[in-house]
Amino acid sequence: MQHRSADKIYKYVTAMGGGNALLFIFVIGAILVIFSYPSLVVNGLHFFSSITWNPHLSGEMITMNGIKTISGASYGMVVFAVGTLISSALALLFGVPIGLGVAIFLSQTAPKKVTAPISFLVEMMAGIPSVIYGFWGFIVLGPFLLNVVEPGLAAHLSFIPFFNPPVYGYGLLASGMILALMIVPIIASISRDAMLQTPKELKEGAVALGLTKWEFIRSMVLPFAKTSIIGSIILGLGRSLGETMAVAMVAGGAVNYLPHTFFYSTNTMAAFMALSMDSAFTDPSGMFISALVELALVLMIITTTVNVIARALVKRGFISSETVIKI
Amino acid sequence: MKKYKENTFNVIDQQQSILQPWQDPRVLSRYRTRKLKNSLFKIFPIVSLLAILYPLLDILYMFAYKGVQVISFTRLTGLTSGYVGLANEIVGTFFLIALSSAIVIPMGVSGGIYMAEFSRKSKYTEMVHFVIDILAGVPSIVLGYAGYLLLVLYLGCGFSALAGAITLSVLMLPYIIRTTELSLNRVPTSIREAATALGCTKTTMINRLTLRFALPGILTGILLAISIAFGETAALLFTTGASDYMPTGALCNSQVGYLTYAIFQFSPFQSPFASANNLAYLAAFLLIIIVLSINIIARIGLRRLSKI
Repeated sequence: MQHRSADKIYKYVTAMGGGNALLFIFVIGAILVIFSYPSLVVNGLHFFSSITWNPHLSGEMITMNGIKTISGASYGMVVFAVGTLISSALALLFGVPIGLGVAIFLSQTAPKKVTAPISFLVEMMAGIPSVIYGFWGFIVLGPFLLNVVEPGLAAHLSFIPFFNPPVYGYGLLASGMILALMIVPIIASISRDAMLQTPKELKEGAVALGLTKWEFIRSMVLPFAKTSIIGSIILGLGRSLGETMAVAMVAGGAVNYLPHTFFYSTNTMAAFMALSMDSAFTDPSGMFISALVELALVLMIITTTVNVIARALVKRGFISSETVIKI
Repeated sequence: MKKYKENTFNVIDQQQSILQPWQDPRVLSRYRTRKLKNSLFKIFPIVSLLAILYPLLDILYMFAYKGVQVISFTRLTGLTSGYVGLANEIVGTFFLIALSSAIVIPMGVSGGIYMAEFSRKSKYTEMVHFVIDILAGVPSIVLGYAGYLLLVLYLGCGFSALAGAITLSVLMLPYIIRTTELSLNRVPTSIREAATALGCTKTTMINRLTLRFALPGILTGILLAISIAFGETAALLFTTGASDYMPTGALCNSQVGYLTYAIFQFSPFQSPFASANNLAYLAAFLLIIIVLSINIIARIGLRRLSKI
């Protein structure tokens, strides 16, 4: 009898451990909603349609709907939303082919001796902190783009509308490339695991039919791993939408204007949140902070949706949960 | 005689232009395109591999090079005030990690134990899985904001080690719960059956048997979570604050410096001073060494895990 009650105590104590996750997510959601309430009321739909983010700190304090704000202040998230979407799209554009290429290399074409060290290097990439990527992007990638890549692109591709000079170095292209670096390990390691699951019979059949390696991969490996690959791509998208420090250091910090070319400096929601909280402390009405919290709420809703879809897809594929955890 | 006959046949073939299938120009051209496609394809994985390895090796090489240049005894043991050294950041980082580990490891491991041992496939477990997936995907800056609003402002803890550590532990929790659950699930059923047959209570079985078998996997998860916490910046920016002096050890209302903050704030991105930039390079070097060695240890652990 004593033992059974010990079991019961053990059960309830451990149940509380997992319950903390439920508590945390509830608290985070509640906090974001409560603190963004002033901004939700005062800014309304203006928040989603305006490109101007101007706290207008020199203005007069007024009261709107019982909430303190500063007259003439305008909070619009369009610039950051556009920057987030385009830089993530660029990241997918660069990252998906590279990630799939690495996955194909590791699962199909690589000689056995190099597979283990290269898998290790790729997984190591996922472990490098984002602030290190940002630092590298700021001192190496930005100047390289500014001096070498972007002038070349602008000179030869300026007939395409989004490749006109002037060039800035830090901007959409730099953010997209840094984000691509960060999502390649995710795409590569999940897709590799899925591709490794391709049944041997398919491979034997392909050899018997005289398919070339490329035909085998295109017609058998890729369709077989399709669900997991799409899942990994969406998982990478979720990561790049929410990425903060790396983008903050290479985006160029644009406010109040939209990018006209891929070279324009930009700003993402997460990066702007990280860089402007310090100036938000100086707003006596607290509306600046509230608007930033609303931005956080919007970002959380977007990334949560993307992640739930991605994880459902990845799990429907043939992936060991170990790979999913590592990311 | 025989030879002569063959030759005549060939001649006749050519004259009437009846070709063997492998001589058909349509087949030949298709064969050539297939071969060309295949050889083009062979380049693609290698090019993409180079595209990803070059930046990685450049990052490692650059920070190793700069780090070795700027590393010195004073920079490792001096305080940050006046950009002398990183001692308070190093101590602060380990302080934060120790504090958040103390908070999150009991939580995460016990959560994993519950889901693997007491309620596999229950509604509660499904819900926790779902929530963990969401939690793992929340951007760290959003966690930082929530931590700032709740802990720093609302609960009045101020910029402090405790606020930062709690925020970090939210970040680490999903990894620890999932790896614990996974490694417990991998313990063979025969061991549980043997324990039950011998009359073990569930408590004894978990503590004496399954937990011990799953230990390498659980430790791996904890190490990976810790390495993520070491590299975290955005979640700490508005919860821990910044300090040029040694952490006082007070949990609330006492700001703490940490390595990633030094990288962010002293890099040329934010600071024009060469002395500050050198500290940023050193901090990046140290951080890479710490994170990579934890990762290597954890992966060796993973390999042991998969042998069970």
